[in-house]
Amino acid sequence: MPKIGVFVCWCGSNIAGTVDVEAVSEAMKTVPGVVFSTNYQYMCSAAGQKMIADAIHEYHLDGIVVASCSPRMHENTFRKTAQAAGLNPYMVEIANIREQCSWIHKDKEEGTRKAIVLAKAAVAKLLHNQPLQAGTSAVTKRCLVIGGGIAGIQTALDVANAGYEVDIVEQRPTIGGRMAQLDKTFPTLDCSACILTPKMVEAAQNEKIRIISYAKVEKVEGFVGNFRATIRKKARFIDENKCTGCSLCMQKCPSKKGRDEFNMEMNNRPAIYIPFAQAIPNVAVIDPEQCIKLKSGKCGLCEKVCSAGAINYQQKDELLEREYGAIVVATGFRPMDPSPLNELGYAENKDVITSLELERLMNAAGPTKGTLLRPSDLKHPREIVFIQCVGSRCDENTNRGKPYCSKICCMYTAKHAMLIRDKYPDTNVHVFYIDVRTPGKNFDEFYRRAVEQYGVDYIKGMVGKVAREGDKLMVRGSDLINNRQVEIAADLVVLATAIEPDPSARSIGTMLTASMDTNDFFTEAHAKLRPVESPTAGIFLSGVAQGPKDVPETVAQASAAASKVIGLLAKDHLVTNPCVALSDELLCNGCSQCEKVCPYGAITYENREVRGPGVREVRRVARVNPAVCQGCGACTVTCPSGAMDLKGFTNQQIMAEVDAICL
Amino acid sequence: MDQNTRFLTETVLRISGVDPRKCMKCGKCSGTCPNYDAMEYHPHQFVSMVENGLIEQLMNSNAVYLCLGCMACVERCPRHVAPGKLVGALAQLKLRKQDGNHKGGNDIAAMADEKVPQQLLMAAMRKYRK
Ligand SMILES: Cc1cc2nc3c(=O)[nH]c(=O)nc-3n(C[C@H](O)[C@H](O)[C@H](O)COP(=O)(O)OP(=O)(O)OC[C@H]3O[C@@H](n4cnc5c(N)ncnc54)[C@H](O)[C@@H]3O)c2cc1C
Ligand code: SF4
Ligand code: SF4
Ligand code: SF4
Ligand code: SF4
Repeated sequence: MPKIGVFVCWCGSNIAGTVDVEAVSEAMKTVPGVVFSTNYQYMCSAAGQKMIADAIHEYHLDGIVVASCSPRMHENTFRKTAQAAGLNPYMVEIANIREQCSWIHKDKEEGTRKAIVLAKAAVAKLLHNQPLQAGTSAVTKRCLVIGGGIAGIQTALDVANAGYEVDIVEQRPTIGGRMAQLDKTFPTLDCSACILTPKMVEAAQNEKIRIISYAKVEKVEGFVGNFRATIRKKARFIDENKCTGCSLCMQKCPSKKGRDEFNMEMNNRPAIYIPFAQAIPNVAVIDPEQCIKLKSGKCGLCEKVCSAGAINYQQKDELLEREYGAIVVATGFRPMDPSPLNELGYAENKDVITSLELERLMNAAGPTKGTLLRPSDLKHPREIVFIQCVGSRCDENTNRGKPYCSKICCMYTAKHAMLIRDKYPDTNVHVFYIDVRTPGKNFDEFYRRAVEQYGVDYIKGMVGKVAREGDKLMVRGSDLINNRQVEIAADLVVLATAIEPDPSARSIGTMLTASMDTNDFFTEAHAKLRPVESPTAGIFLSGVAQGPKDVPETVAQASAAASKVIGLLAKDHLVTNPCVALSDELLCNGCSQCEKVCPYGAITYENREVRGPGVREVRRVARVNPAVCQGCGACTVTCPSGAMDLKGFTNQQIMAEVDAICL
Repeated sequence: MDQNTRFLTETVLRISGVDPRKCMKCGKCSGTCPNYDAMEYHPHQFVSMVENGLIEQLMNSNAVYLCLGCMACVERCPRHVAPGKLVGALAQLKLRKQDGNHKGGNDIAAMADEKVPQQLLMAAMRKYRK
């Protein structure tokens, strides 16, 4: 019988407060197979680990059970300890007597009893453990960044500057994301384009970076270090290598009814267009919904005026197959549509706009060339009302919006109010707010400046109704501080709408098996300690795709994600998890059920000669690719003939645990 | 909180199904209320008064009668609090105390004239038919 050592941890008072650790280590001494059992204050400390190593040598242990915290916390620590002392690291089992016992119980007697049962189960399993050897897999030294906003650009630049290749896949015709649409940026009020454009150019000029714009990732296979992606590059009907970005075609195109997405659809653009002057790549794209030639075969004007001969009406979508070692999700956000909040009248009134629309109205390259004119009659607004928290901070049981605080709107509203008061001192600005949230460096000072220096009228309360009366918008809201209801005859109403993840995020999450929260933001591997990694190995998170952020935070997170990517790509080989599935060909009848449930595509079938007691025939049997299998166990529970087993978690091991608990 | 206040508060919370702790004090309800100026206390105050043991003060104010029962505040509250239901519940309690001297549907119809807004009629039915 194997010789087993048991080590019970107090975790300070975390475990010892609710579990009699002395009683547990005493009880374990009587369990068959256990030759040594002890307890200690902190098993994970250097002294605790030494205690384990010494016992392994002294008692010639074949395996150890550590009764401590969750294996997610310290399984690796103790595996390393065991390995250093000459044991196979997979001869270590953790009995989780903290999260599954001391933390959830109050009664010490019951807690102690349960801890003993859990430790016994771990011993029962360990008696069936086999030493396992980890394999290795090679790493493709290239990174895929999905989304070319400031997050994706920053990650790509950092990874490329470390010497690795990066592909940026951007769904729109240009990179730049939302930041390209902003006018000035808080808290320093520098012009957004002036700080973003150099980065876009740098990305375009970096020879390690390939920008694949107007494209979508369609399929991703493989695993950390070895992803294979299929990318659909949509037809833009332009030869990217020939187009010089002269924009002559835009001027000549007779079809001018396309909605200008870059200007939040507040004006029209031609069927052939370059989203904005600093677009990267600076090449045109034809909107097939609007182009007369593509719809009816007539026109063809742009082809005639294009001296570079770049127009190609026959261009088709292109499929690229690329390999990557790491994938970064930087899919960003869009503002929520406030139309369903009908009391605010966004759908009916042209002069009720969102903050992002206001950014375009204030931008020199926007539909009004930077002069603030209201959309309905192009008059200067003299009375402007801002409403914060529109669609943010709502209870899940209402249909009014998101449960979270969108985090950036307090600051950009203060920015908008301040910029307007600065440029148009004769314009009154009122801001309805619930709280003003300014927890950033120089943020509160910024907001106070809006109030004290620029005289912005902050009203604590919310707006109940916006209704058109003549050419005014009557805004009725509460003024909680003065305990009254106020009514303001406004010319323009600006809604600080909640931000939500890009609508494509959910499908990207499914494709990558990267977990997401209920709001479709990507989830980090650990909220505090691993904030830029997805729980799925090899997937990293950058920017607003992970949660609401302003530009400085986005850039910081983007660089953090890049450093994780670099750490991965710097390795030539990765150690693979040996706890993978294995099919017993004598039991397998080739039914194909396991292939259907495997989320990683690790299972294939082959015709193989099967030999066993009384059998010798060629049969179709399942084969698991151990480099691809992630050890999730879906196949083992699906297999109707019990052929599929998971190394390190065999049916035999699990049944032994169950028996130890129940018998 | 004395015993009577506690009893009253618990009863009103039970009848109305309102959880005042969910209120984030945004004032959307009071920004919405069409009868705001007539009422001594306002929708957002209903919630904090009940929460802070001032329920009797609220019960003795005119808000209990002047709330139109339009439910605009209930509809628009982003936190699912329903302040209008609180005064609704208080009104019910007051009427019950008065030993069934409430008006029936026919009485109300007889009392109504053309100038009474439809909304008020609806609200009256809601209240006095209980
Ligand atoms: C009105 C407003 C004002 C603001 N003002 C400021 C300010 O003054 N200062 C400040 O610091 N911050 C400001 N912000 C916040 C700032 O816009 C964000 O922090 C920043 O844009 C986040 O960058 P990102 O790259 O994460 O996301 P995004 O800018 O949204 O970029 C994401 C990119 O990914 C692409 N993408 C999405 N899905 C896919 C897909 N499936 N495949 C390929 N590509 C995809 C998108 O097309 C986009 O280009 C403001 C935001 C708003 C709404
Ligand atoms: S062919 Fe299409 S894109 Fe070109 S000018 Fe005519 S309508 Fe415009
Ligand atoms: S950042 Fe400010 S405006 Fe935006 S949701 Fe949060 S509190 Fe409301
Ligand atoms: S609208 Fe709701 S959350 Fe806001 S103050 Fe009124 S009751 Fe409270
Ligand atoms: S239900 Fe009563 S308190 Fe609420 S908005 Fe209507 S009148 Fe005002």
